[in-house]
Amino acid sequence: MNSKNSNKTSCCSGKTKTTSEDITQIGQSNIDHASTQQELIIEGASCASCVSKIEKSLKQVAGVTSAEMNLAQRTVSVTGSAKSDKLIVAIEKAGYHAKVSTAASEDDAQSEKEAADKIYYKRLIRDMGIALSVGIPLMVYGLVVGEMTVSTTTEQLVWLLIGMLTLGVMVFSGKHFYVGAWQSFKNHSANMDTLIALGTGTAWLYSMVVVFVPEAVPEMARHVYFEATAMIIGLINLGLALELKARGRTSEAIKRLIGLQPKTARVIRDGIEVDIPIDQVMLNDVVRVRPGEKISVDGKVIEGHSAIDESMLTGEPMPVEKTVGTEVVAGTINKTGSILFEATRVGKDTALAQIINMVKRAQNSKPSIGRLADVISAYFVPVIMIIAVASALIWLNFGPEPVIAYAIISATTVLIIACPCALGLATPMSVMVGVGKAAEAGVLIRNGEALQTASKISAMILDKTGTITLGAPKVTDVILAGEFDQATVLKLAATLESGSEHPLAMAIVESAQEQGFLPEKEKQQESENGIDKVSNFKAIAGHGVQAEVNGKALLFGNEKLMHEQGVEIGDFVAKAQALAAEAKTPMYFVIDNKLAAIIAVADPIKEDSIAAIKRLQNNGIRVVMLTGDNRDTAKAVAKKVGITEFFAEVLPEQKSEKVQELQMQGEIVGMTGDGINDAPALAIANVGFAIGTGTDVAIESADITLMRGSLHGLADAIAVSKATLRNIKQNLFGAFIYNVAGVPFAAGILYPFFGLLLSPVIAGAAMAFSSLTVVTNANRLRFFKAEQH
Amino acid sequence: MMIINLAGLLLIALIVWWFWLYKSEEAEVAEDGLVITVENGTYSPARITVAADSPTEITFLRKDQSPCSETLLIPDLQISDSLPQNKLKTISLPAMKAGTYDFHCQMQMYRGQITVQ
Repeated sequence: MNSKNSNKTSCCSGKTKTTSEDITQIGQSNIDHASTQQELIIEGASCASCVSKIEKSLKQVAGVTSAEMNLAQRTVSVTGSAKSDKLIVAIEKAGYHAKVSTAASEDDAQSEKEAADKIYYKRLIRDMGIALSVGIPLMVYGLVVGEMTVSTTTEQLVWLLIGMLTLGVMVFSGKHFYVGAWQSFKNHSANMDTLIALGTGTAWLYSMVVVFVPEAVPEMARHVYFEATAMIIGLINLGLALELKARGRTSEAIKRLIGLQPKTARVIRDGIEVDIPIDQVMLNDVVRVRPGEKISVDGKVIEGHSAIDESMLTGEPMPVEKTVGTEVVAGTINKTGSILFEATRVGKDTALAQIINMVKRAQNSKPSIGRLADVISAYFVPVIMIIAVASALIWLNFGPEPVIAYAIISATTVLIIACPCALGLATPMSVMVGVGKAAEAGVLIRNGEALQTASKISAMILDKTGTITLGAPKVTDVILAGEFDQATVLKLAATLESGSEHPLAMAIVESAQEQGFLPEKEKQQESENGIDKVSNFKAIAGHGVQAEVNGKALLFGNEKLMHEQGVEIGDFVAKAQALAAEAKTPMYFVIDNKLAAIIAVADPIKEDSIAAIKRLQNNGIRVVMLTGDNRDTAKAVAKKVGITEFFAEVLPEQKSEKVQELQMQGEIVGMTGDGINDAPALAIANVGFAIGTGTDVAIESADITLMRGSLHGLADAIAVSKATLRNIKQNLFGAFIYNVAGVPFAAGILYPFFGLLLSPVIAGAAMAFSSLTVVTNANRLRFFKAEQH
Repeated sequence: MMIINLAGLLLIALIVWWFWLYKSEEAEVAEDGLVITVENGTYSPARITVAADSPTEITFLRKDQSPCSETLLIPDLQISDSLPQNKLKTISLPAMKAGTYDFHCQMQMYRGQITVQ
């Protein structure tokens, strides 16, 4: 608990900073277009004189207030109202190339990284090939032909040649190990290179001593180990190459997210539609998207309507209807109609860019489970060196003849077999894949700690409105009385309520519009018949409303109002009570003092809430509902979704108390809410889940953000966390066991009992593959699939 | 044999001193920032000092190809970023209280320390 809370406090300081910065940026751009600051990346500038040339050319562009270039970073920061394409033209005219530095450069950075990795991979494979082409024949010779000993002058000469050849391998294929080892030694630090360099170096030096001065070592120990040096270098290069490949796969999710961003956008500039690179789209630009195209930046639809597939961001398979005024998000796909939208967030500010940023950060953060491994890996290498020296001393003092050979083999093997990498990689690799996997399912996990805690959640508190329910009341039932038909009733009721802003009134108006009984708002003014006139409108506080429409006296309200006005409602009271028991709000509609209908309004439960809550309960999680609503409604909703424990009439500030109550009972509490009203409760819970749609959500406000409204995201998040934690544990266990068992084995602990001593070549192979095993195991998480629903 | 044993023990003592007890010199971050080169398995300089209570910037230049060196982590400051190869990358540090802050690569093979005073 404590660690969790302190962790929260520390992250909040950083978090607030980012958010406020983002807000400032967005705000400024909205308010005053003239004060935007842009950053351009300059290509081809290499001298100090270029700086003044570029700055000068930019300052000549109309609207530029200042231009400052950073030669070291090859970037120029421009303030003013000039559009980026004008700036780029000016720089091109000055003889340089430029591009806007925005989220689009993520794509470039990714491809640059891939290109660099490719070159590195090729080099590692080449190095491996060279080392093994020397090592394998030598090893085969040792195994098939005989002992690699030095006793005659001819043997001395041959082995000298082979020794030089091995030196060539060390210089050519293993140079990076030796240089790295030396550099870190100078810096008083030690790493994997240190171990490899020491191990292979010891084997080679000892062999050279045997070759040059065989008399210096006892006859039995005149054995050379050139094959070990060459094989180890080859195998470790191979291991590194395979690991590099496997690592590439761990970042697949982020690559997929980056790939969602289209490269160009069709904007309307000076009345003409032009395709421009995505990084040149400015705030308030009008963008055209045709069917089948991707949305380029975040914006608000200003013309047309369409269905948009947002599944890539939310995991929600159904396309979402978009019309004038609704928001569209970068990276989603326009399915049916052609739309025009105004850019509201561009570059680094789009929801997609922020998601990418957040996933990247989360992928690199570590849950506390990895802390022990971190502490160990920090001290690991020097400890191994000490063990190697100690092992050599023990062999020298107590070992059988030839002690010197045994001492060298054991020390070399200890150095080579120890693998700090496996320990160091165990946690980050799994977190990388796990967080990415969650993002694919529309679950954004803020950091490794949230991932770890989510796997341990024992109780889940759900807010009712907007979390379990849709949060938007709808007409659920119209029970007619007497001779009135549904059309007349709904039309009159909606007309009566059309001026009211009350959520229940709005639900009735919407329902009438949906069923075609009332023209939609924007068409109302154009409508030939117009809307029927409402006169003598009177709101009776807490009870209902009354008015006259088309000469008819209308009354709409609760049972109390009916009694007061003397309206006969008879057996409809029972019907109304039945509706109330189903979490609906029934209202009586009266025309000319005669009951016309009961209209019931309710906030419908989301389609899949019941199934999702059941999933949580099946996982042994105690599900609790909190709501500010009255007890009856709460009880009815809880009953419907299968929740037995609920708290009604809870004020927002009491929500966090409820979270604490459960925590006092020893529960690890997850709190799910909409992220705004529930903020204190979200913050105090062990894991706060914010329900968002990916567009308007405050991504930074919770530990975990569910990009789509469905509560299945909770079970998905918990399942992914559990799978990731299991994977981390496997990795840590494997890495610990490998080092704990491998090192004593290499030191020769089995020798006194079974006469077994590990060969340095086997140790090299084991070491090379131990970290690969960790990365491969982490990659298994890629196949994790959330339960079908 | 005695000499060899003594030499061995001395070697162990040297390892302990060299890798744990010895503290290298610290480089100071001046007003215009400082470039830390990531090369051959190390950060150079690995130990830097910055002034307390004022935000500062440090720039990294990664020449190392190893994938581990790509990630830079400063856990206490909640900073995790990737360093592009052969390109300068500036990391903004918030105003910090006096103390020491470790930074390292993903696997903690590359290690450095920021001393805030």
